[in-house]
Amino acid sequence: MRAPITDLPLAFEDASLRARGVEIVSNLDLKIVSGAPTVLLGPNGSGKSTLLRLAMGLIRPTSGRVTWGGRAIPDERLAMVFQRPVMLRRSAAANVAYALERRDEQRVRALLDRVGLAALAQRPARRLSGGEQQRLALARALARDPEILFLDEPTASLDPAATKAVEDIVQAVAASGVKIVMATHDIGQARRLAGDVVFLARGRLIERAGAAQFFPSPATSEAAAFLRGDLVI
Amino acid sequence: MPDGASALQLVFGGDPALYAIVGLSLYVSVSAVALAALVALPWGAFLALTHFPGRTFIVVLINAFMGLPPVVVGLAVYLLLSRSGPLGSLGILFTPKAMILAQALLVMPIIAALTRQTIEDLWAEYREELTALRVTPARRVATLLWDARFSLTTTLLAGFGRAAAEVGTVMIVGGNIDGFTRTMTTAIALETSKGDLPLAMGLGLVLIVLIVGVNALAWGARRIGEVRAG
Amino acid sequence: MRTADAHTPLMPAKAGIQPSFVSWPWVPAFAGTSGRRCTLLAFMLCIALCAPARAQDKSIVVASTTSTQDSGLFGHILPIFKAKTGIDVKVIAQGTGQALDTTKRGDADVVFVHAKAQEERFVADGFGVKRYPVMYNDFVLIGPQSDPAGVKGKDIETALKTIKAKAAPFISRGDRSGTHSAELALWKAAGIDPHAPPIPQAHTGREVAGPWYREIGQGMGAALNTAAAMNGYTLSDRGTWLAFKNRGELDIAVEGDRRMFNQYGVTLVNPEKHPHVRKDLGQQFIDWLVSAEGQRAIADYRINGQQLFFPNAGAPGA
Repeated sequence: MRAPITDLPLAFEDASLRARGVEIVSNLDLKIVSGAPTVLLGPNGSGKSTLLRLAMGLIRPTSGRVTWGGRAIPDERLAMVFQRPVMLRRSAAANVAYALERRDEQRVRALLDRVGLAALAQRPARRLSGGEQQRLALARALARDPEILFLDEPTASLDPAATKAVEDIVQAVAASGVKIVMATHDIGQARRLAGDVVFLARGRLIERAGAAQFFPSPATSEAAAFLRGDLVI
Repeated sequence: MPDGASALQLVFGGDPALYAIVGLSLYVSVSAVALAALVALPWGAFLALTHFPGRTFIVVLINAFMGLPPVVVGLAVYLLLSRSGPLGSLGILFTPKAMILAQALLVMPIIAALTRQTIEDLWAEYREELTALRVTPARRVATLLWDARFSLTTTLLAGFGRAAAEVGTVMIVGGNIDGFTRTMTTAIALETSKGDLPLAMGLGLVLIVLIVGVNALAWGARRIGEVRAG
Repeated sequence: MRTADAHTPLMPAKAGIQPSFVSWPWVPAFAGTSGRRCTLLAFMLCIALCAPARAQDKSIVVASTTSTQDSGLFGHILPIFKAKTGIDVKVIAQGTGQALDTTKRGDADVVFVHAKAQEERFVADGFGVKRYPVMYNDFVLIGPQSDPAGVKGKDIETALKTIKAKAAPFISRGDRSGTHSAELALWKAAGIDPHAPPIPQAHTGREVAGPWYREIGQGMGAALNTAAAMNGYTLSDRGTWLAFKNRGELDIAVEGDRRMFNQYGVTLVNPEKHPHVRKDLGQQFIDWLVSAEGQRAIADYRINGQQLFFPNAGAPGA
């Protein structure tokens, strides 16, 4: 339904990020390929958000490299939804139109429809509820026609109903062929959505496995502890 | 203005000379703020978004220039526009245009400095989102200015207040010519020097009411806009 | 200094996203914004650039003194002149020294002041074409009704000497104006240096004039306001005094002394120095001032029945 994925795999090659003497991400080696959603799982502060920002090109590693198909991070066909997305001070429709290359009312309507916000098109974006804002952020990200969509804990502050609405959209988007890379610390959400799991702790990659294998039998003690509900320090 | 008329008579008696002065004051100050905003809004936003050697120096300088003494600005513009000065051939000294130019220079640092602060704060909030959306630098400036529009009305009002209240520059470059470059503030100065203190005070009250009125209008517009835009 | 580089080790989170402003593409800046914004911009541009239709093109700028403006003389004679000729006269009221300076720079077409010696030098230096005497008024010594120095009715020389001897507060314009020069000349004629004896200031060691003599560096009205507030003496032209409203306890202490006459002259700026000078309109104004009609208009101006200015365009040596 869309042009074949050309830039994947996204590769971290010995990538580290250090800020004010603290190592936030350490010697990360990771390849992300097309397919079912990849879920970045780990406790708060494990480096999930930083990893997404490195992949998106919002920050540069202080050592090592992040590459796309062997080249630098491109400017097109990748998008990101933040935990607390910025709503531009204009209508919901205008927020979506903002991300489009050219004016296209029909496309705006289709995107709003896709996230169930068609009825609220003219509502000021900042007056939407948290869940509606998160769905609008999804529509805006999809307006960029991404091959890969990064989601940084998009449901962290939502109630179950709103979380369900967002997850449904994410699954539909994944089914349409967009590669989803999503950070979460919610084990249940990871179980519901993940095709494969990248488990992080203290800025390091601890374990990587397919979801079918990771959840019933994690290979590392840290992952097992995390899945049990213990604090992983 | 007729001799011996009280300020009340002037205001409620519909004295055309007073209305002309009020009109000129508004025209000069509003034009000056508009002119200054055209330069200072993008410039302030540009400063908020960029880092280059010497930027800190410029930021400190602009902040300091918020306190430019009006007479000094007036004198500088006077020397610039005087027939013997570099722009003398324009022949606009002692005209409203010269007053607009001088007041624009006076309020430009205020608008630029407050805009930089506002946009810098907003940029901290928007930086990742706009970068993720791969928005071009020029469009970032436009987006931030537009999204900060309600805060920026306060910035423009600060500039307007400064322009409408000052007497130093308009007196020097306007010349306080009756019926041509006489504004509220220079009229007040003139009546004070004529010893007609009640009339001067009356005009002062009219000026204050005028400034309050403009601010109330802007505030109303801002509230309506905020309610509609969220 | 390379600020951006210096920041990198401290703030890696920012290092990757600094926008590069090598080129600054202004054109697309508003491409993505709504139509409303463009309307707003256009509106602001309009206010800024569409000045009201250029005021009367048939106009001249006259640099004159605060005394002629504050006394209301111009308000009386200019409408008569305009009705006759259609010429708008824009008056910039300054001190005589500043008015002559404004004119020297070419910023006025005609200069109308009261300092004969300075005016004649102005013409001799080639800045003016010819000085025409127009009218005179006289100075009056203003002081508190209670007259603490006891100078009422004396001649001006004795009065000034008495003020000095009693160190009664005296407000001087101190602004190089015609009135200021006249005041200084009167002190000189009385053989007094008002700045003496110098008194060293305790905190700076600088020597300043005696505290009874206060230079304010402002116009006539301001000097009268100050005198009213401090119950001091000051020298004023009669016109400004008559039109002055905030008199408080002030009254005329000395008047009528011939040494206190104050001659006004009018001069066209030399078009050879400043080619843009509107010499025809300016000369028309001067010709009218010294004509029988103009002289009558000056004589007709009264406040409370008192004549302020006495036309003497024909008087020899004025």
